[in-house]
Amino acid sequence: MILVWLILIPFIGGLLCWQSERWSEQAPRWIALGTMLFVLVISVVLWWGGDFSLPVAGGSQWILEWRAPWIPRFGIEIHLALDGLSLILVALTGFLGALAVLCSWHEIAERIGFFHLNLLFILGGVVGVFLALDLFLFFLFWEMMLVPMYFLIALWGHSGSPGQTRIRAATRFFIYTQASGLLMLVAIIALVFVHYSNTGELSFSYDVLRNADVPEPLAFWLMLGFFIAFAVKLPVVPFHGWLPDAHAQAPTAGSVDLAGILLKTAAYGILRFALPLFPEQSQAFAPVAMTLGLVGIIYGAVLACGQQDIKRLIAYTSISHMGFVLIALYSGSELAIQGAIVLMVAHAFSSAGLFILSGQLYERIHTRDMRMMGGLWGRIPVLPGFTLCFVAASLGMPATANFVGEFMILFGTFPSAPVTVVIASIGLVLAAIYSLLLMQRVHYGREYRTGPLAGPDAREYGMMLTLVVFTLAVGLYPQPLLDTTAAVAGPVAELFNNGADLIVRAGEVN
Amino acid sequence: MMALAVTLSFLIPLAGTLVLALLAGRLGPRASTVVGVGSVGLAALATLWAVLAHNGVTQGVTLWNWIEVGEFQPTIGLAVDGLSLVMMSVVTGVGFLIHLFAAWYMTGEEGITRFFAWMNLFVFSMLLLVLGDNLLLLFLGWEGVGLCSYGLIGYYYRNSANGRAAFKAFVVTRIGDVFLALGLFLIFMELGTLDIATVLARAPVLWEQGGATANLAALLVLGGALGKSAQVPLHTWLPDAMAGPTPVSALIHAATMVTAGVYLIARLNGLFLLAPDVMLLVGVIGAVSLLLAAFAALAQTDIKRVLAYSTMSQIGYMFLALGVGAFDAAIFHLVTHAFFKALLFLSAGAVIISCHHEQDMRRLGGLWRKLPVAYGGFIVGGAALVALPLVTAGFFSKDEILWQTMAAEQTGLLIAGLVGAVLTGIYTVRLILGTFHGQPGSDHAHHPVPGTHLFTHHLPLAVLAILSTFIGAWLYPGLGDLFPTSPGDAVHTGHTLLQVLAMGAAIAGLLLAAWLFLWQRDWLAGKVRQGVGARLWMVWHNAWGFDALFDRILVRPWQLLVKYLRVDLVNLVMNLPAIAARALNAGLVRSQNGRLRSYALVMVFGATLILLTLVLMPGGAA
Repeated sequence: MILVWLILIPFIGGLLCWQSERWSEQAPRWIALGTMLFVLVISVVLWWGGDFSLPVAGGSQWILEWRAPWIPRFGIEIHLALDGLSLILVALTGFLGALAVLCSWHEIAERIGFFHLNLLFILGGVVGVFLALDLFLFFLFWEMMLVPMYFLIALWGHSGSPGQTRIRAATRFFIYTQASGLLMLVAIIALVFVHYSNTGELSFSYDVLRNADVPEPLAFWLMLGFFIAFAVKLPVVPFHGWLPDAHAQAPTAGSVDLAGILLKTAAYGILRFALPLFPEQSQAFAPVAMTLGLVGIIYGAVLACGQQDIKRLIAYTSISHMGFVLIALYSGSELAIQGAIVLMVAHAFSSAGLFILSGQLYERIHTRDMRMMGGLWGRIPVLPGFTLCFVAASLGMPATANFVGEFMILFGTFPSAPVTVVIASIGLVLAAIYSLLLMQRVHYGREYRTGPLAGPDAREYGMMLTLVVFTLAVGLYPQPLLDTTAAVAGPVAELFNNGADLIVRAGEVN
Repeated sequence: MMALAVTLSFLIPLAGTLVLALLAGRLGPRASTVVGVGSVGLAALATLWAVLAHNGVTQGVTLWNWIEVGEFQPTIGLAVDGLSLVMMSVVTGVGFLIHLFAAWYMTGEEGITRFFAWMNLFVFSMLLLVLGDNLLLLFLGWEGVGLCSYGLIGYYYRNSANGRAAFKAFVVTRIGDVFLALGLFLIFMELGTLDIATVLARAPVLWEQGGATANLAALLVLGGALGKSAQVPLHTWLPDAMAGPTPVSALIHAATMVTAGVYLIARLNGLFLLAPDVMLLVGVIGAVSLLLAAFAALAQTDIKRVLAYSTMSQIGYMFLALGVGAFDAAIFHLVTHAFFKALLFLSAGAVIISCHHEQDMRRLGGLWRKLPVAYGGFIVGGAALVALPLVTAGFFSKDEILWQTMAAEQTGLLIAGLVGAVLTGIYTVRLILGTFHGQPGSDHAHHPVPGTHLFTHHLPLAVLAILSTFIGAWLYPGLGDLFPTSPGDAVHTGHTLLQVLAMGAAIAGLLLAAWLFLWQRDWLAGKVRQGVGARLWMVWHNAWGFDALFDRILVRPWQLLVKYLRVDLVNLVMNLPAIAARALNAGLVRSQNGRLRSYALVMVFGATLILLTLVLMPGGAA
């Protein structure tokens, strides 16, 4: 039942926020903050008491499970389940949700109640995505997180140049994700009907469909349907067009959620659905997926270097980082998949940090154009130091969580795909270039305008420091995280049965 | 006890960084200085404690398991042996003296807190680099020192050229780091471990001598070393890195960080011995770098750039030693070089501050009476740099390198080393004459303000000056037991001949320089102004044009790529469906014009078309 509550709490909190605007301006903020912290606390409590070791043979892989019939006629259930991976991601959602509320404390001044309703509805949808096991329910939540995001960008976004309005960005985001969602829906329904014609049983259940016997080449096309849906969201080049616009035009809270959590739903989807449902097809497809990952790493990095808008720059770096995740997911190595999970968490911290920082800069100098920055080191206390921390994280400096993630991915992938790793390593140099370019343009050089600007207040300082501490903590001692997700990553890696040569090779030595 | 001392030695600078970073703004300049210098002083004391407690046995300290997934189990663990203790002593000892001097140098600068926070973080990272018992922790320190170097080169952030220099330093070394990272991937895949001792134990068992894997692994590690240690072709960042404050150049870009590559190769000696071809390459790169940099040093006007090229040249000697398998000699020269180059940089710093940030030799000169302490530092440091026989530290270590090269029968490398020694003499004399003798070239040089502070100005220079003499060479304990035997251990004849040659080269350099710069001044000036001389000057001044070359083949194509892709071409392709839909929409809208006759026309036309199709279709209605 607690799983149902994890989903319901944000939705209820959202409705409360909406109505509480009548009482005072601050009420929605405090309610939203409390709601997200509540989600965080529940997931931490679950984590504390959970047993994440590999299930014994025949045992359940889930720590918690909850199911109730919904539309029995079509075999649709409300089936929720939680394992280490979903727990980590739900906790991350709670944490970043709280940050998103905090970072819009002063930024959002209109329709505060409705803003927080949308924010919490997104987060509720995301939690649902991480918990739903029934494919129909998963699809429902997958779509549910898009609509409030659309409003968030369209109503509270920034409009850049005349050609790049927030409405346009919101529409583009919506069309991209809707079109890809449609592909996934078709794939889901086709899968269900194939299973129906095989067995006469109509079911959307994950456990049942995992064992569905889908003939080739249909299975390959269905796998592709899932993959493209997730690829748009991750995003994988060439399906990335919505991301820079959405980020640039979204309010800070929107960018934080988008980069921090929404992109992770795609990686989660691949891990949870695309790979286990179609293991052979995915393995056959792995070289293509890894190549797409490589393209993403390089292409995202090159474009990041060419941006003038600080938020667009950060958006393109996300594409580059997610390329590493994609490579890892299709590497068939436990080490790499574990690394991908660490990198997902790390990227959530570092990109959230950078987006919040650019939001704070915007509140002070009212521009996101880096040509109008420069020399800020002398004008703002403390913030440049924090920027450097997140820039260092983003370029994969050791001792940050990003380093652990990226290097685990590269170490894990190297035995099976050395050439891929060599090319991906170029991305490490490019990461240094775009990250330091940001630093250089914003904080170094001559001052564009003079005069001191306000330093961070306690709220801003607290948010930044928390993120830095988390990044370093995961970077220096990722083991609790790794232990939590080991039972998830191991079986996924085993799906590609010849991906395990790393262990074999190293085993010869001992 | 040992474990505690070693752990303290790097935790104290880290604590210093944290205090300075978290209390930023609340600490006054004086308090920041005390914290910054004091923490490194305490680290030096902790190191001393560790050295005294050392009993010759390698000791391991595992703090915690960093990552544990299957075979991949790097720890946060330290290995303390003679080599790491020598490196620690240099880092904290020389580091402390430089911090002390920095307290004088940085007085009155904006952002002292930031300066000392970076410096302490650097000492912390450098200590982890030399202490890490596995390659991943070593890599942590390796990248950490790179980041600190970045932050300190760009310390004077207002001048965007400094920012660019910092950027260049980081990116160029990062290219080397990627090679090192690939080396780690390969080593882990093949040997199943990253623990340095285990790697060195397993490699000879699993890899054949001179085999492809061993060569590749050594080559990749070498790539990392070249970047950090500013050797050809990844050396272009070092001269630009002089944009940082001079104590930074002394600590990071002379004494410690740039020698990390030498440390890395010495640490992984077993790996390199398996790859003799790569070993030879190490020596050749060292020889090329030392000559190339020595020539470049001849034609610089900025005193710090002369010293930068000199550093690169001296590290070339260390690579030369590594290349012939004389690891002990390389570390010996690393230590003495840290002493005398730190002295030279700090003395240069004293000149620069005394002359109001003037560092161009053409605008200095005639300072020797007015800045006696700095002059003394330059004389002692310069003597060690040219390896003046018997009295200087540099003589003993450089002699050792040349002797090992000769014993290894690498005549080509030996000749390069001897020619380099002559060139070293010439550029050192030119540097000292240009800075301290002749006529003052500007108002700043006419009225220098000498440093007077006993503790923060005189003391560090005096201690380093003492260390730069033969006393410094005595202090080096010798690490022969830790390393495989050097080539010189088996050869017993010819050492005297070599010493004569080495002394001869150093003295020849000095005499040649004296002749050129004292007696043939005008002739030389005339030669340099036109013809071949002018061209040579340009080539050497630009250090053989590597910057221009890389600019053309790497930087500009990259910038063009960025420029043309800026609009996101792939995304434009994805917009095609939208454009097509809009075009279709425009076409269909036009047909809805509300005029009856055009509708009738279209109807007639359409009906005709359909009927015709039906009639003409084979087997149709007709």
